[in-house]
Amino acid sequence: MKPIFEYTKGMTDMPTHYCPGCTHGIAHRLIMEVLDEMGVLGNTVGVAPIGCSVMAHQYMNVDMCEAAHGRAPAVASGIRRVHPDKIVFTYQGDGDLASIGTGEIIHAAVRGEKFTTFFINNGIYGMTGGQMAPTTLIGQKSTTSQDGRSKELNGMPVKMSEMLATIDGAAYVERVALDSPAHVRQAKKAIRRAFEIQQQGLGFTLIEFLSTCPTNWGMTPVKALEWVRNNVMAYYPIGVIKEPAKEEQA
Amino acid sequence: MRAFKLVFRPEKCKGCELCRSVCPKGVIGMAATVNAKGYHPACAVNQEACIGCQSCALMCPDGAIAIYQLEEGDQ
Repeated sequence: MKPIFEYTKGMTDMPTHYCPGCTHGIAHRLIMEVLDEMGVLGNTVGVAPIGCSVMAHQYMNVDMCEAAHGRAPAVASGIRRVHPDKIVFTYQGDGDLASIGTGEIIHAAVRGEKFTTFFINNGIYGMTGGQMAPTTLIGQKSTTSQDGRSKELNGMPVKMSEMLATIDGAAYVERVALDSPAHVRQAKKAIRRAFEIQQQGLGFTLIEFLSTCPTNWGMTPVKALEWVRNNVMAYYPIGVIKEPAKEEQA
Repeated sequence: MRAFKLVFRPEKCKGCELCRSVCPKGVIGMAATVNAKGYHPACAVNQEACIGCQSCALMCPDGAIAIYQLEEGDQ
């Protein structure tokens, strides 16, 4: 029998604590598959956040460091400066990156820190029980917006990727979705490109994943993917938001 | 014609049904039994129809699916 798909050795054999159908598992696997294919599993340092993915260091089979809430970019900046030959990434949710860690991520991009951030955007605080996040859509219900988020009361959801793309130090910013096999393949290509641009030292790189939270959205995993397709992608369009000019790339 | 074999790890499966929802050929179903976690794990109910597109494995959040292409002499 010829294997055409096997679980990557970039992931440990430990069962994840994520809820059924949570797309964290897909994002973890894609990042580790890319690192495995690049042959750099032993030359990578990841920084795990606070949030549902706080245990990511148990699942990703690379050296990992745990950062305080929202401070993963600061930790990753230090690691990448001390070890310029290593591949460094942070893995952050929307509560971690778009709320408490907004200042950190903006200034990491301003300094053009040469690490890659994976931003998991599911529009809700998953670990703490489904509170409204800065990225919660207008009209979306959460435990702290029980009639749905309102523009008057809460403002519009923040588009972190577009905001960070305006910063000179950001070399590559792309938004991808994990709602279908085609988009998952596209996401893997984006991850590869981000790591390659990091290796070339062109600047800060960020990939935003449109993800799901079936438990706190109150949907089945399959319905949650449909909701991403029909509602989330309408407000957060997927695609490359910023990329280095052709002449910059080696 | 090429034939494929899906290998499931039922102990990893959380029964989210994402694999079943993306399979274009209706190969995957949910077992009547429960695993140690208490979920009905995914299983192949129509193995012969598999075209090896990998959609199920790409969408599986828990690494419960591996796919092999059968070669001559394989059972």
